[in-house]
Amino acid sequence: MKMMKRWLTSLGGVGLALAAASASAEWGLNMRQGVTPISQEVYSLHMTILWVCVAIGVVVFGAIFWSVMHHRKDKGAVPAKFHESTTVEIVWTVVPFLILISMAIPATKVLIAMENSSDSEMTVKVTGYQWKWQYEYQDSGIKFFSTLAKSTQDARNLDYQGDINEVEHYLLDVDNRLVLPTNTRIRFVITSNDVIHSWWVPDFGWKKDAIPGFINDAWALIEKPGVYRGQCAELCGRDHGYMPIVVEAMEPEKYQAWVKAQKAGLSAADAEAGKSWTKAELITKGENVYNANCAACHQANGKGLPGVFPAIAGSAIATGPKAGHIDIAMNGKAGTAMSAFKDQLSDLDMAAVLTYQRNAFGNDTGDAIQPSEIKAVR
Amino acid sequence: MSTATATHDEHHDHGPAPGLMRWITTTNHKDIGTLYLLFALLMFLIGGAMAMIIRAELFMPGLQVVDPMFFNQMTTVHALVMIFGGVMPAFTGLANWLIPIMIGGPDMALPRMNNWSFWILPFAFTMLLSTLFMSGGGPAAGWTIYPPLSLQMGDGFPFMIFSIHMMGVSSVMGAINVIVTIMNMRAPGMTLMKMPLFVWTWLITAYLLIATIPVLAGAVTMLLTDKFFGTSFFNAAGGGDPVMYQHIFWFFGHPEVYILILPAFGVVSQIIPTFARKPLFGYSSMVYATASIAFLSFIVWAHHMFTVGMPVAGELFFMYATMLIAVPTGVKVFNWVSTMWKGSMTFETPMLFAIAFVVLFTIGGFSGLMLAISPVDFQYHDTYFVVAHFHYVLVTGAIYSIMAATYYWLPKWTGNMYDERLGKIHFWVSTISVNVLFFPQHFLGLAGMPRRIPDYAPQFTEFNMISSIGGFVFGLSQLLFAYIVIKTIRGGEKATDKVWEGAEGLEWTLSSPPPYHSFTTAPEVK
Amino acid sequence: MAHAATNDYYIPHGSHWPILGSIGLSTLLGGFSAYLNGSDTGFSIMLVGLAITVVMMFGWFGTVINESESGTYNDQVDISFRYGMSWFILSEVMFFAAFFGALFYARVLSVPWLAGVDAYSLPTNELLWSGFEGIWPTNGPAGIGGTFEVMGAWGLPALNTIILLTSGVTVTIAHWGLKENNRTKLVLGLLATVALGFLFVGLQAVEYMHAYQEMNLTLGSGIYGSTFFMLTGFHGFHVTVGAIILTVILFRSMKGHFTPEHHFGFEGAAWYWHFVDVVWLGLFIFVYWL
Ligand code: HEA
Ligand code: HEA
Ligand code: HEC
Ligand code: CUA
Ligand SMILES: [Cu+2]
Repeated sequence: MKMMKRWLTSLGGVGLALAAASASAEWGLNMRQGVTPISQEVYSLHMTILWVCVAIGVVVFGAIFWSVMHHRKDKGAVPAKFHESTTVEIVWTVVPFLILISMAIPATKVLIAMENSSDSEMTVKVTGYQWKWQYEYQDSGIKFFSTLAKSTQDARNLDYQGDINEVEHYLLDVDNRLVLPTNTRIRFVITSNDVIHSWWVPDFGWKKDAIPGFINDAWALIEKPGVYRGQCAELCGRDHGYMPIVVEAMEPEKYQAWVKAQKAGLSAADAEAGKSWTKAELITKGENVYNANCAACHQANGKGLPGVFPAIAGSAIATGPKAGHIDIAMNGKAGTAMSAFKDQLSDLDMAAVLTYQRNAFGNDTGDAIQPSEIKAVR
Repeated sequence: MSTATATHDEHHDHGPAPGLMRWITTTNHKDIGTLYLLFALLMFLIGGAMAMIIRAELFMPGLQVVDPMFFNQMTTVHALVMIFGGVMPAFTGLANWLIPIMIGGPDMALPRMNNWSFWILPFAFTMLLSTLFMSGGGPAAGWTIYPPLSLQMGDGFPFMIFSIHMMGVSSVMGAINVIVTIMNMRAPGMTLMKMPLFVWTWLITAYLLIATIPVLAGAVTMLLTDKFFGTSFFNAAGGGDPVMYQHIFWFFGHPEVYILILPAFGVVSQIIPTFARKPLFGYSSMVYATASIAFLSFIVWAHHMFTVGMPVAGELFFMYATMLIAVPTGVKVFNWVSTMWKGSMTFETPMLFAIAFVVLFTIGGFSGLMLAISPVDFQYHDTYFVVAHFHYVLVTGAIYSIMAATYYWLPKWTGNMYDERLGKIHFWVSTISVNVLFFPQHFLGLAGMPRRIPDYAPQFTEFNMISSIGGFVFGLSQLLFAYIVIKTIRGGEKATDKVWEGAEGLEWTLSSPPPYHSFTTAPEVK
Repeated sequence: MAHAATNDYYIPHGSHWPILGSIGLSTLLGGFSAYLNGSDTGFSIMLVGLAITVVMMFGWFGTVINESESGTYNDQVDISFRYGMSWFILSEVMFFAAFFGALFYARVLSVPWLAGVDAYSLPTNELLWSGFEGIWPTNGPAGIGGTFEVMGAWGLPALNTIILLTSGVTVTIAHWGLKENNRTKLVLGLLATVALGFLFVGLQAVEYMHAYQEMNLTLGSGIYGSTFFMLTGFHGFHVTVGAIILTVILFRSMKGHFTPEHHFGFEGAAWYWHFVDVVWLGLFIFVYWL
């Protein structure tokens, strides 16, 4: 069996890897210290309580071990008769209590610092979608989606033949990174469009849930430029495991340059949308949009997952009147995973993906939907 | 004994009804206890098989075995089956078997209802497991079934909700029976403060069940109406809040985890004195500690929700309250250690499991305490660190205590000794493999691996492989456990009435196995 | 007691009622599930399950009543029943607590947050629901279910409060009658209680009809509609059950069951009735009035 073989080869690797691992930097055993002041405080708090627990453990397990070794019948131990002592009982109630207080004090301080998101210098709105993130820079108006990178998208299938270890940043790479300036107090306001997600970059020291209909906030001050990777941390359905986050932190000057370039790109795209498109152009473009936005549920082959996500291939809606098809894609279907894509896709992308759906997977309706038709129903 | 009237049959000297009907219609606490225990074993194997699928998929990065949707169903159903089908029925089985014979009563107080408590379960679990075969599959939103995700489930949704209602009805009836039995069926002289600790812990557990299971029923009822009847409990657009579900769920859910551990504390408090040949240290503080844990368990629920965005004051309150639980739990641990201290110990299989329980549960408790520190939980939350925590308290806690109890009382129940050599092999293989299975998960969590994912980035490969290998070995060693139990039921060296040299308590004054009706004449307790 | 009592704690023989109950319950719920999924046969399956469950209840309770009347239960059994009933009522209280909790949570936390009027509101209102004022009663920022009228406290609900409170008195009068061995008082007291109980349910039905037809207040009216109907609905269901139980007790009283010393069946029903009474007071205050 193919699977067995792959398992066995990897198993051989385990031993080697274990030996090499201690030297490897990427292979963490412990919490990351991270790159924000808060993440470092969280780390040292973590280490403190860890060592306190280890110390208590040594005492308690030591006592157990000692009596197991010495107070055993085959060594001729005679059972003592004592079975209570108010003094020791008071001691071992009060001492742990004091230890806890000494942990609670620093914890309180860190928590309060962590939750104080005032005085921010910029704000990014993060919205979770099944299964991608949207970032909106509140100050500069830039906004975009960030989805799992194509390389992982191809490698994450049950029948994938290649070697996962060769996929660069397997599972932790996206098409569009969230670009942020360093040494800036950044506030994140976090929400969701469908189910609960959780935005987590370990190097920032926290995660915060994205709750549909509510805003949560958190902040970070990144001290070091670099690329920081994280993942969605709240079960959000089938592709919860495939919803990575990639942040690229750069010096403020470089960041400003990036902002400028983005804004220039936006106006160029606007100009394109106005023109009329051929069916073939739309289908080509639509395939990409489909794979990025729809394939997670309806599958790349359009067959869906029986009982969970309906097939687009042969779907009565996708082969029926245009209006119904446009409606479900624009407005979604309440109470199901099919969300409204109105605000997620531009007129052009929407037109393209619908045209694609109407002509792919054996759905040969032959018709094309133009961006103007989408604009008309907005 | 005075005369019975003619309107009903003689009821103290008849044996069980013959055949299958005996088991279906029985009102006998021992029969029902046996049914519960066997049912729990079956569920443990089913839930374990699902865990094996999880571990197989996580053996390597990439998808090899199952679709992510099915993976999520496995995670969810594994947990529901283990908790509601494995641990809870196992403890109820122990309660049924042991409480009447520990307190010197004739049977459980409400025997017909007792039968129903059990016989709802097979139906409830058939219903739950059948959703796996329905269009849309089984529940896949985690055992906590958070909306809005859980509302996306397919045809299985109402079946899952009602199966939970049925499990709840069963648990509440079982708990009422336990309380009434303990309050009303004790032999003369068996005062509350003379009761064996197992009875005490169950009394408190039963109270937790009655106070929280109906809240769970309420929560899942709201899910049902949100999905089918247009209500907006968990929908912000209508003025509700998805987080509200989490509050209601965890108001049940946190006491629930103590429901899963308090009887375990009771079991261990019975076993350690027996094999240390020394009375339990600090009996009354054990009772008070158990009660304090139960009380505190009602005011800590939001420690599962530190990242949902609560006001800081709330986060602080729940952090402090949670940390406090370490105090009474510590009292219990220290009492067990002091009971062993200067005892005269022998290490039969039940004792081995009990000692391992104390050590490994404490490790789980330490990680629990770390999770309680709210600012750090912002990192730990929803990672494998949490998974490691709760498997230490659940598997090497609850499950270990159940195994210890099985070895300890099996000779009493069946009249046959189990095979000590096999028992020891089972213990050592399990204890080594369970640590290989769950200890590395701490590292995975700290290194950043989220829970509930079917696939992971390659840097987590090594630890996942180790964990999976530990898991397979642990799984196989449970087949040995099942074999030992069945073998002992079918025969073996005859057990004496007292079975263990150091054992104390009324149950050891009965024959092994005890007569069909335990104490027809109440014993006198000095 | 009607017959000589025994000193033994009665341990019944095997019984087939529980297994029948399980079959009935799972058929009922399975059928209901299928019905909710849109299956045509679901509803009929549900009715079959309901029928089985009702048969089970008649059989099981019938057995218990016979045993009770033939003097099978000694005082200790009686105590078991008392404890059992009290803890059962506690579990019911906790069931209602979940829904009251939802009501309080929505009123005190989620609605103010959505409206941005709470100190801890974050920009939820600003970014997502601007314009939403969050005055209770509300159907949420999206106005789910459309505009509705609010159910006032001082019409039917106040009348219903009086009815239920009175029924609490009449059931106590019946209890006095039973203890004095005054059968007429017992039966009349119960009769009044049952009548008031069903009157309550009837008026509640009128209220619901009014809400649905004239006020556009439905289960789908956002969080207000949800909490209003779920709380009053479950309460109404409990009143109905309580009234049915009391009806059974009424028939048993007319048949000469119960003695001044032994009448747990009566007392259990009365406790249950007081419980629904108290829940109603909570509802009246928090759902209708405040
Ligand atoms: C049997 C079940 C059980 C038990 C007993 C516990 C016990 C504890 N648990 Fe655990 N817990 C779970 C089952 C259990 N838990 C489950 C299932 C989840 C996950 C649910 C899900 O999300 O799916 C969970 C999750 C969970 C979380 C949420 C984590 C997260 O999602 O982010 C937290 C946070 O506070 C927590 C804390 C604790 C604490 C403080 C204890 C304490 O009771 C532990 C106390 C014990 C000790 C501390 C050790 C002994 C004491 C001493 C030796 C004395 C001296 C010690 C000191 C002073 C440190 N648990
Ligand atoms: C009492 C409760 C309990 C018990 C006993 C267990 C037992 C086990 N659990 Fe479970 N688990 C939970 C409660 C429990 N778990 C909960 C509450 C969750 C959270 C769910 C959620 O996120 O919603 C969880 C989640 C969970 C996860 C995380 C899944 C995820 O996040 O996606 C994993 C992964 O390793 C896991 C593994 C195991 C393993 C290997 C065992 C083993 O101990 C099982 C061993 C037993 C057997 C294996 C059975 C016997 C053997 C056979 C039937 C033969 C087949 C054997 C072989 C082929 C070798 N569990
Ligand atoms: C998160 C999962 C998900 C994503 C992503 C998704 N869909 Fe859907 N889609 C669904 C579900 C679930 C349904 C079924 C809704 C129902 O129950 O009627 C559906 C139904 C449909 C249908 C109707 C099919 C039929 O015959 O009933 C069309 C057309 C459709 N989606 C188009 C799209 C398009 C276009 C996209 C991408 C731009 C997309 N979907 C992305 C989940 C999704
Ligand atoms: Cu998004 Cu998990
Ligand atoms: Cu908890």
